[in-house]
This record gives sequence, C-alpha cells and structure tokens, in this order.
Amino acid sequence: MSKDVSSGGQNWAYSEKVKDHFFHPRNFMEKDSAAGEFDAVGQVGSLACGDIMTMWLKIDAAERIVDLKWRTFGCASAIAATSVFSEMVLRDNLTIDQAIKISPQDIMEALGGLPARKVHCSVLADKAFRQALNNYFRSRGERERVLTDGSRIIDPDLNITEQEVINAIHQGAKSLADIQARLKVGVGRPEVKAEIEKIIEKHRNKEDQPFCPFQKN
Amino acid sequence: MAQKLIYFDHAATTYVDRRVAKAMEPCFSRIFGNAGSLHAYGRAAKLALDRAREQVAEVLGSQPAEIIFTGSGTESDNLAVLGVARAYAQQGQHLITTNIEHKAVYRPMEELAQDGFQVDFVPVNQQGLVSVDDIINQVNDQTTLISIIYANNEIGVIQPIAEIGRAVKKIRADRHRRGVETPLWLHTDACQAAGYLSLSVNELGVDLLTLNGSKIYGPKGVGALFVRSGIKLKPFVFGGDQEAGLRPGTENVPGSVGLAWALTLASHLRVEESQRQSELRDYFIGRLTQEIPGVVLNGHAQRRLPNNINVSVLGVEGEAMLLWLDKYGIAASTGSACDSQRLEPSHVILALGHPYEYAHGSLRLTLGRSSSKKEIDYFMKVFPGIVEKLRQMSPVKHE
Repeated sequence: MSKDVSSGGQNWAYSEKVKDHFFHPRNFMEKDSAAGEFDAVGQVGSLACGDIMTMWLKIDAAERIVDLKWRTFGCASAIAATSVFSEMVLRDNLTIDQAIKISPQDIMEALGGLPARKVHCSVLADKAFRQALNNYFRSRGERERVLTDGSRIIDPDLNITEQEVINAIHQGAKSLADIQARLKVGVGRPEVKAEIEKIIEKHRNKEDQPFCPFQKN
Repeated sequence: MAQKLIYFDHAATTYVDRRVAKAMEPCFSRIFGNAGSLHAYGRAAKLALDRAREQVAEVLGSQPAEIIFTGSGTESDNLAVLGVARAYAQQGQHLITTNIEHKAVYRPMEELAQDGFQVDFVPVNQQGLVSVDDIINQVNDQTTLISIIYANNEIGVIQPIAEIGRAVKKIRADRHRRGVETPLWLHTDACQAAGYLSLSVNELGVDLLTLNGSKIYGPKGVGALFVRSGIKLKPFVFGGDQEAGLRPGTENVPGSVGLAWALTLASHLRVEESQRQSELRDYFIGRLTQEIPGVVLNGHAQRRLPNNINVSVLGVEGEAMLLWLDKYGIAASTGSACDSQRLEPSHVILALGHPYEYAHGSLRLTLGRSSSKKEIDYFMKVFPGIVEKLRQMSPVKHE
C-alpha cells in the first residue's frame, strides 16, 4: 500500500477561503427561531462522529429560498462548508430546483478545495440541505418530489429512503418510534416496519464504535 | 498590538534548551567522525558517545552498557515490545498492556496480536488509572512482557509503576520456586515522565525504559532504551554491530549527546520545575472548570504530570478550538477525530468511559519551562469567548 508521506502529521492545510468562512461564518442561526419562522429544518451527522449540522429553510410561493440558516458542530471545514453553501444559495436567490443542483464538488470549489480527509464535510452540507428539503416536501404532501438520491425506497407511500433511516439511526434513533419521530412521519405498512427494524438492527451504533457513513469516502 | 505567542503544547515537543544545543554544537563538524572508526576522528566521536551513555545511565541509576540509543521514543518502544516478545516467543506468547498506551506501544502490540500473540489491553478506570491488581491478575506462566506507560501523553495520569515493579518481582520469585523458566519483564514508556518523575530504574523495578530527546528540551530524532543486563531482544533493523547490534546504523553522536545533556539538565531542574508547574497547572484547571460552564477535567486531578491539563469542552469541537486559539497565537492540541489523519477520536479519552463527544471536544494544554501565570491569564481572557462563539454555532446545546 502506498502512502502519501507529505500529508502525514498534523497538517491543517486549509485554504484562505475556508479560514475566512470559519472565522467569519455567514448566515448561522444566532438565536433560536420562533415557531413558524422557517418552513423546513433538516439535520445530518452525529455527535459521536464529530460532525452534526442543522439547516433551516424559508421558502416563498415562487419556491425561492429566501432564507437559509444553519448550525454546525464540527471541524473548521464542516463549519466553512455550511457557511459557503448558505452564501451560494442566498446570494443568487436560488429556487429549490436551482439549489438542488449545487453539488459537494461545487461546495469544495467555492472553498478553494479541502484536504482529502475533510471532503466528507462538503458532502455533509449538501446532505443537510437535502434532508431539510425532503422534510419540506413531506410536510406539503409532495411525496413525489422527495430526493431519494439513488437510495433504496423503504416506504413507497412516503418515499422514505434507506439513507434517511440510516441518518436517523446515526443521530441516535434506536427504535421504530424514534425513527418516526425523527422523520415526522407515521409508518403504516407492516412490511415497512419490518424493513426499518432490519435496518436498525444492521446499523445500530455499536457500544464501542460509532457508525459514521459520511466519513467513509 | 504585537501578537503574543504562547506555547501550551510541550507534550507534543519542546524547544531545545540553549545549553543542550551548545553541548551538541561541536559534534556536527569538529567531532564528526564515525564512532566505529579506529582513527582519531572515530575515537573522538566514540568518546563523546560513551560519555553521553554514561550520563543517561547516571540519571537512570543503571550501567552505561544497559543504554541503547535509538532514532526516537517510538523506535525505543517498538524495540522493547517487539524485541522482548519475539526473543522469548519460544517460552511464552502472552503480553499485557493498558488501553491508554501511546500508539508506539499500542500498535506493535496489535501487530503481535495479529502474529498470534495473546495481548491483554487492561482497561483503566474513569480517572485514567490502571489497577495493579487488574494487571497482575492477567499474568500467567506464558506472560513474558508487561508494558505500561509511566505517565500518559494525553491526560498525564501517572501509573503505579513502582508498585507493579514490586508485584512483578514477586511473580518472578514464585515462578523460580515452581521451576517455571519463562522470564517476565516490565517495560515503561517514560517519554512524558522524564523531567517530572523519578527515573531510577531500580526504584521503579522496571527492566526496560523508553526515553526520547524531543520532550525534554533536547533534539528530535533520538531516543534511548534502557535494557537491563541479561535481557534478550530480537532486533528489527539489521546491519552493523552498533548499539550491540540491536540498533544498527552509524551512531547519531550529536543527537545522543543532546539527549544526554537534556536528561541531565532535566534531572537537575526536576524538583523545582515540578513544583512550579504543578501550581500553574492547578491554577489553570481551577480557572477553566470554574469560569467556563461545561468544562470537564480528563484524568485524575492529582496523580497527573505537573504540566498536563486536559479538559473536554462539551458542545465544542476540538479542531475548531485549536484554529481559534492559533489565531490568538496560542498553541494547543486536541483528541478530536477532526484533527487526526484517521478521523478517529482519541482512544485515551474514550478509555475513560466518556461518550465520544468528550473526545471530540477535548483540549490538551501542556506547560513547560517557558510557561507563566501571565500566559494562563491571557488564555483565560480569550478562551471563554471562543467557546461561547462555537457553542452558539452548534446545534448541540448544553447546560
């Protein structure tokens, strides 16, 4: 196995852009929002893995994202990725459909690159946004718009994907009831319940090892 | 305002003491010979190397021939662990260590486990202390080596090495009585302890002891291993006969001389600096835990190195703290996964039985000879604001 010798040690190697967003974060949620102030909220990551992000969206009738706020627990690159993403969305008054097109790669480029082991942070920012959108779509009964991102659909009625269930487990959900609470949906079909329980069994946090899917790049 | 630079990372490495650098200086271009050469140049180098060996032996209370110079603390640890385990593999393949060892012991132990050795990683308690009984209870007639860090590099907790040393002697006597010929050796990694704790190998009852230059105001790239006379080691580097064939390669005369002087100096300053830094440490821990909510001390409050402060700042990620501190000219370190190449949080903080969050939010501040109360006061002026800012930005709420 070959190893990159030069990247060994404690090299932060953050770009000026990352540092700028880290030290001067844009659009983060300073004070708790009042009820109804935002139309959707989504969270990804877990404390055990060291990264957790929450994103709030306010969407107008023309489907423009008129406000986006975030909170992030994590390293500098995770904070900077959420910050730069919020800027990208708000600066150009993007619609939902336009914002969906922003890829982790775009976030990386906007940050002037990230060290290889930090690439998952840009993915997390994208995932947090997509989770918020999915919650938005479901709250409006627009199940067909739920972003499945190629993940297997567990519940065809609600378009709940395997990835969403995994994310919820990842955030501490231990039972079917926890999952329902997290995704704010009631799961009806017995075969869906059985399937979710199977996923819980498979992905439940091990006592001594957290499950951190985003860090496996 | 000129930026202050504050170094609170002495456990990572120290600056070289001016007196040490001065002692090393002649060994670069004047006493440059190969210590293995017969001519005057070689003899001069050999003399400097011999003197360095004597100096180290003097501090440890050993014979000079029991000191091997190596390339680093990591190499010394590897030589001790792999060397003993493999040399005595015919007689026993059971090894004992703790779950808070430095990676330089942890990893070779894991390698040996893969090779078929049985390795017990004895867990420490919530204060980071290993129990003598827990160690001794694991010993069986196949056990050839116990390796326990003297004082941990992350949390600075001091392990009861002398007590374990005494227990090992009893086991040896018992084996002798029963006609069991398998030897049992005790190794300790004293890299962090040197400069603060007694290194007398006989008081400690250790058979192998690891030191390095880079934590004691000496040069990097040089380590030493005390190996009690009569102990066999299987080397893993092969070449010439230097260092009794255990560590071949042209001797690092400047490095060895530097390590020896650093160690001598450290032993002279030990009592005074330990007292001074302990007071600073307790002052620092007191302010951190009393003035900032959600700050928890990691490791035993008293049985820890005079220079070690390790806290978990709940709800805050370590790397983010380090970046902010760096902006203020303060150097520190963390056990957060974000700061590690492997994206794994510190195994030492996790070994204390805390949730992962404690490791991700851990901050290590290690004092040294240059540290002062003024520096701590400056730290306490900027740090609460950093914590508040990062907590405000975090979706995880505490208090």
